[in-house]
Amino acid sequence: MSDQKTYWKGTEQLTNDPSFVKNAEKEFPEYLPINENKESNGSTSRRDFLKLMGFGVAAASLAACEAPVRKAIPYLNKPVDVDPGIANYYASTYSVGGDYASIVVKTREGRPIKIEGNKKSSITQGGVNAQVEASVLSLYDQERLRGPLKEGKNTDWKTIDKEITEQLQAISDAGGQIRIVSNTVNSPSTLKAIQEMADKYGNTEHVMYDAISQHGMLVANETMFGVKAIPSYDFSKANTIVSFNADFLGTWVSPIEHTKQYSKTRKVNSENKNMSRHYQFEANLSLTGSNADYRTPVKPSQEGLAVAALYNEVAKLTGNSSINTNKVEIANISKAAKDLVSNKGKSLVVAGSNDTDIQILVNGINSMLNNYGTTIDLNQYSNSRKGDDASFSKFVKDSKAGNIKAVIFYNANPVYDSGMGEELKAALGKVSLTVSTSERKDETADVVKYVAPDHHFLESWNDAEPKKGQLSLTQPTISPLFKTRQAQDSFMTWTGNKQEYYNFLRKNWEDKHFSGQEPTFDIFWDKTLHNGVFTYNVENSDLTAQEVDLSACANRINKNYKSSNSDLEVVFYQKVSIGNGYHANNPWLQELPDPISKATWDNYATISQKMANELGIKIFEGKTSKINLTINGQAMEVPALVQPGQANGTIGLALGYGRKMAGKVANGVGFDVYPFLGQLNGTKSYALTSGAKIDGTAGSYQLAQTQTHQTFMGRETVIQEALLEDYKKKGWERNFQPHIETSKGSVKPSKLTLWNGHKYNNHHWGLAIDLNSCTGCAACTIACQSENNIPVVGKEEVVMRRDMQWMRVDRYYSSDAAPDDTAGLEKAAENPEVTFQPMMCQHCNNAPCETVCPVAATTHSSEGLNQMTYNRCVGTRYCANNCPYKVRRFNWFKYHDNSQFDKNSSMNNDLGKMVLNPDVTVRSRGVMEKCSMCVQRIQAGKLKAKKEKRQLEDKDVNTACASACPSDAIVFGDLNNQDSAISKYLKLKESTDEPLKEVNEERAYHVLEELRVSPNVWYMTKIRNKDKVNTKA
Amino acid sequence: MEVTSPVREVLVTGNKTYHDVSHDICRHVEAKPNPKWLAAMAVSLGAFLIGGYALAITLWDGIGMWGLNKTVGWAWDITNFVWWVGIGHAGTLISAVLLLFRQKWRTSINRAAEAMTIFAVICALLFPLIHTGRPWLSFYWFVPIPNTWGSLWVNFNSPLLWDFFAISTYFTVSLVFWYIGLIPDFATIRDRATNKISKAIYGALSFGWDGAAKTWQRYETVSLVLAGLATPLVLSVHTIVSMDFATSVIPGWHTTIFPPYFVAGAIFSGFAMVLTLMLVTRKVYNLEDYITINHIELMNIIIMITGSIVGVAYITELFMAWYSGVQYEQYAFLNRATGPYWWAYWAMMTCNVISPQLFWFKKIRTSLWATFILSIVVNIGMWFERFVIIVTSLHRDYLPSSWAMFSPTIYDMGIYLFSFGLFFTLFFSFAKFFPVINMAEVKSVLKSSSGEIENKK
Repeated sequence: MSDQKTYWKGTEQLTNDPSFVKNAEKEFPEYLPINENKESNGSTSRRDFLKLMGFGVAAASLAACEAPVRKAIPYLNKPVDVDPGIANYYASTYSVGGDYASIVVKTREGRPIKIEGNKKSSITQGGVNAQVEASVLSLYDQERLRGPLKEGKNTDWKTIDKEITEQLQAISDAGGQIRIVSNTVNSPSTLKAIQEMADKYGNTEHVMYDAISQHGMLVANETMFGVKAIPSYDFSKANTIVSFNADFLGTWVSPIEHTKQYSKTRKVNSENKNMSRHYQFEANLSLTGSNADYRTPVKPSQEGLAVAALYNEVAKLTGNSSINTNKVEIANISKAAKDLVSNKGKSLVVAGSNDTDIQILVNGINSMLNNYGTTIDLNQYSNSRKGDDASFSKFVKDSKAGNIKAVIFYNANPVYDSGMGEELKAALGKVSLTVSTSERKDETADVVKYVAPDHHFLESWNDAEPKKGQLSLTQPTISPLFKTRQAQDSFMTWTGNKQEYYNFLRKNWEDKHFSGQEPTFDIFWDKTLHNGVFTYNVENSDLTAQEVDLSACANRINKNYKSSNSDLEVVFYQKVSIGNGYHANNPWLQELPDPISKATWDNYATISQKMANELGIKIFEGKTSKINLTINGQAMEVPALVQPGQANGTIGLALGYGRKMAGKVANGVGFDVYPFLGQLNGTKSYALTSGAKIDGTAGSYQLAQTQTHQTFMGRETVIQEALLEDYKKKGWERNFQPHIETSKGSVKPSKLTLWNGHKYNNHHWGLAIDLNSCTGCAACTIACQSENNIPVVGKEEVVMRRDMQWMRVDRYYSSDAAPDDTAGLEKAAENPEVTFQPMMCQHCNNAPCETVCPVAATTHSSEGLNQMTYNRCVGTRYCANNCPYKVRRFNWFKYHDNSQFDKNSSMNNDLGKMVLNPDVTVRSRGVMEKCSMCVQRIQAGKLKAKKEKRQLEDKDVNTACASACPSDAIVFGDLNNQDSAISKYLKLKESTDEPLKEVNEERAYHVLEELRVSPNVWYMTKIRNKDKVNTKA
Repeated sequence: MEVTSPVREVLVTGNKTYHDVSHDICRHVEAKPNPKWLAAMAVSLGAFLIGGYALAITLWDGIGMWGLNKTVGWAWDITNFVWWVGIGHAGTLISAVLLLFRQKWRTSINRAAEAMTIFAVICALLFPLIHTGRPWLSFYWFVPIPNTWGSLWVNFNSPLLWDFFAISTYFTVSLVFWYIGLIPDFATIRDRATNKISKAIYGALSFGWDGAAKTWQRYETVSLVLAGLATPLVLSVHTIVSMDFATSVIPGWHTTIFPPYFVAGAIFSGFAMVLTLMLVTRKVYNLEDYITINHIELMNIIIMITGSIVGVAYITELFMAWYSGVQYEQYAFLNRATGPYWWAYWAMMTCNVISPQLFWFKKIRTSLWATFILSIVVNIGMWFERFVIIVTSLHRDYLPSSWAMFSPTIYDMGIYLFSFGLFFTLFFSFAKFFPVINMAEVKSVLKSSSGEIENKK
């Protein structure tokens, strides 16, 4: 210390001048020239007055300037991982009621804003669907509970923990029955926590049920193979796929996984011209059915006989004994059987029915075809549906009888979605302790005594085992927004376990899965957490089908199904958007057009054209009639939607609507059909074959459809198709290649242009979309909505045809009319072929929108993008009018901070706004917007490559739509980069006479090629694996 | 062979003297408002206010109040715009083109026709402004003025920008032309004025007109120069308006026939509007001696001719659609005639092509009632023409997935009403405070073509 140098402030300090010492500690020495004359005369001098006034005026004018920073709270200590402006990604798991996706959560400044698929998962392989994408918005749902409730009133955790534990103990001591009711739980650690609780209190059972039950399949597999589970399917290995009413691409069991696999069988190119053939037998036109090569409408009353007919055909061809069932006339059954048998071991038959007998026959067919071990795997079985209808019915019966003393609903809403809601609601009055862990005050939480709200999954720790041997971790990506508590923590608290669930989970993993793969468990854990998934080996035991009494099965089928039925039949189905209704309060999903009907914000009765004619129903621009529908004696008026492909004599009603307690967005949207679910063979049945009737129409109704014209009017420049057998021929060329007549003869449109063309020296972005593998699932639409802050406009505005989605999936039906019959072409065929076409800004090289904007608000970038400058736009809408693809969207109103649009929750309350992507502007009223090809992602990718001083590669940039696509139908990339996936896909070559490269992929075409707007988006001709018979327009 | 030219009908009947002319015209300006005028003014102010409410709500909440959608981005707004601009054309044609061709019959109708032009253009200008999403910016971002946004400039490729130049030039030239014509007449009113306020106001308005021969000479020269400037505008304005459509890629819009067809249509509707207004003014102000049946007949003949041109254009469009072999083009026209908006198409056809053919009959073209009714029918038809072009082309263009319908809301209608309220409020104010007939020019034809001559025969 002593040899440290000291610098004096002046000689005063050196001499320790008393006047210096006096002032040394003060912040300001007294000689600050204010009030300098105070001591002399005691009054304010003119100079002081001027100084103060000067300061005052300056301060007042500074204060008058707007202080824009109102709510930004700077980090006092910056968290290590959080850099403002830089996104962090965390691997996690979406697991709701058995629906599973391994995901990567994008967070910005600690807020999850976007969900992407996790490519490391061997199950979902980076795919997501609309519900998974949209679930991030549910995190910021205002209707979530903000703390525990007791008898509907706010309380604190201490109180309810004390009361629940005491009552559970008392019930347990008195020998009372306790039930924990949930949907499918696929988390081993959660099950363990529940088990520990059950062990502690005794007389406790965990009852699982599913809103969409697969109990029949579980029973069938248990009977035949001794495994009460759903097998893993591998559609990618199947050359022939037959599905009876299983919407495996949309809603059945594990749609993301199936879509990934299925799309692999639909990818064709000049090297590999093989694709699967897909038969679908169903009543409603489902997403899966609309992708089928052969789709046959089958009534639910015929379903069992149809499966039996296939069984017999296959048995005949494979030399097995047939079963004795009634004959039924169903097209394509024997054709399917032939294809199946010729692809023995490389085929797959699935059925969506919850009837055990049908599932047994399907197992039998797959067995005869040797599909077990190839396309079906029961060793690595799936945990996606474990609900048991029988035990749930017993639970309701026991409750009714007063035998149950306590029930805990773990994130389940059976009062709404079990099909026995009213019964259960009444029975719950006899249960002394009722608890729900629901995150919102839903229909069940409303009638229980205590609500102990769970975290949103993005705030939770958890694990999942969607398939045997395939594990996956959920980690929190934000600290809990409210005073909620993870349900597992609640269970452990009520068990008396003082541990945190996080530690419990780790312990569980350490015990079960850590076997020295890494030096320490911590490293193993961090690595698994980073990857999100973990796999362990499952022993492959040889499962052989046990003998089943097929004749009893056949007898029951003869009893339960008939070859013809004159009664009205009702099919209950799930929409791809709303599903079973769990996500109903998510406005993105409510406004997501159903891929088939293109309707939003509603459910309705889908009826066939024939039935519509009989009832005198016409639908024009979504304006339709309501029908007087009576089901089991209960009359109601429901809107009708004419659905081509609907089996005549049936109507389809979507589940998941008519919520009463889901929240502001969902309440009162549509009507609830869960109470009408039937029973068949002791399992829930999703069809009614009697007891329903229609008594004429009852007034008009306006449905909100985003697309009201059904056919593509035979416009081959929009939709190009070919048959596989033609495509396989050498030298195949697309059917439609427009030419323009000139004085020098007929030329390709690209040879005739007024434009000078653009030069793209660095990058040139493009998209290629495969119409053959696109299933129409609309995951891209929600991914885009989430990425690009796209508002939800509500039903009335959709009715006005003002939906805002940048990425839409056009759905076209085929027509039976002749190509020149324009009036006839407007009508869809009775059982049409369906084509999906994702449509977004085509980023034309010669963009018609750019030339007409008077203020140069939409311009061409040096990388081939058509850019919107929102600030510059005054909203003449000329660009939208002049867009041949009609992809531009206009802000008719102010959709943010406007109480008229409160359903647009991501822009109208502070909580919802947390989901907004800070890289994308929220657009003001009166400006035009459209797909930007995720320019913010392109910029981020370019920056990343630049910082790393290397060329930009494919992996640096991907658009939201392409990365979400579970069928990899969208390929994005740099057309200037020879090594990019898109360049290879399109087989790009330098052109001799044009600045743009030549596309040599034979299936690639531009929509509206003859306009020579030269889009940067290519579409790949759809190929149908059908025999050549009658070609349709 | 001897050719005898028929003796022309006189232009001014009733043995008018110069004083009679001044008196007949000025007395309406000088007298107290008559009850009929007050009633008409009240009605138009009512329309102005009711429509103003619709306009205010639109400006406050956004153009979502209208019936537009993602597919049909323009409908009533641009229909009204083109309709009002078209109406304006007759004024310029009458005053400028007929002046250059020394058509003296124009003298008694040119003033009102020009006033109509100016007011119609004001109404027209309303729509491009309020139809934008952000009118608070669009009113000056369209203007190529130096700005602080770096090199940011307007897009000279855009027909909307051409529109801006065309209409603003047209408005300026028309206004100046009209005002120059008014100066001698204002001076007359000034000289006749008996109270100080009128004298001061009309004195200021007449810019110190002294009636000297040199002044008259300059007046005539300026009028001719302005007429020369205005004449190409008759052709250019609607040509450029038509390019909003013709330069696009939308089937039904992308049509090279549009410029002449639009100009003919504009003259057609403009003359009809002039007739509607003149027939009423003539009756209310007892100006039958100045605006004679002869005038009306001549205007009806112009309507008949332009109506036939428009009809030929419609048929040419259909022919070209078929002949082009372009599927979308063919569908666009088939859809116009037989699609969901067939009624609009056939309303247009009936009103614009069939109804003017009635003017082949002399009895009809000299009947005041028939003329009045047909003049309104023509303008209904011309409104439908623009509606058909704009809405039926947009609502079903290339991709059937985006096909949609447009139906107007009460705000669409309210703003159309507002434009009527504005137009008639301006027109009635003009009729009360300005001389509705160009006294100076009428006096100039009085010696050669009036009742006096007739008496001498």
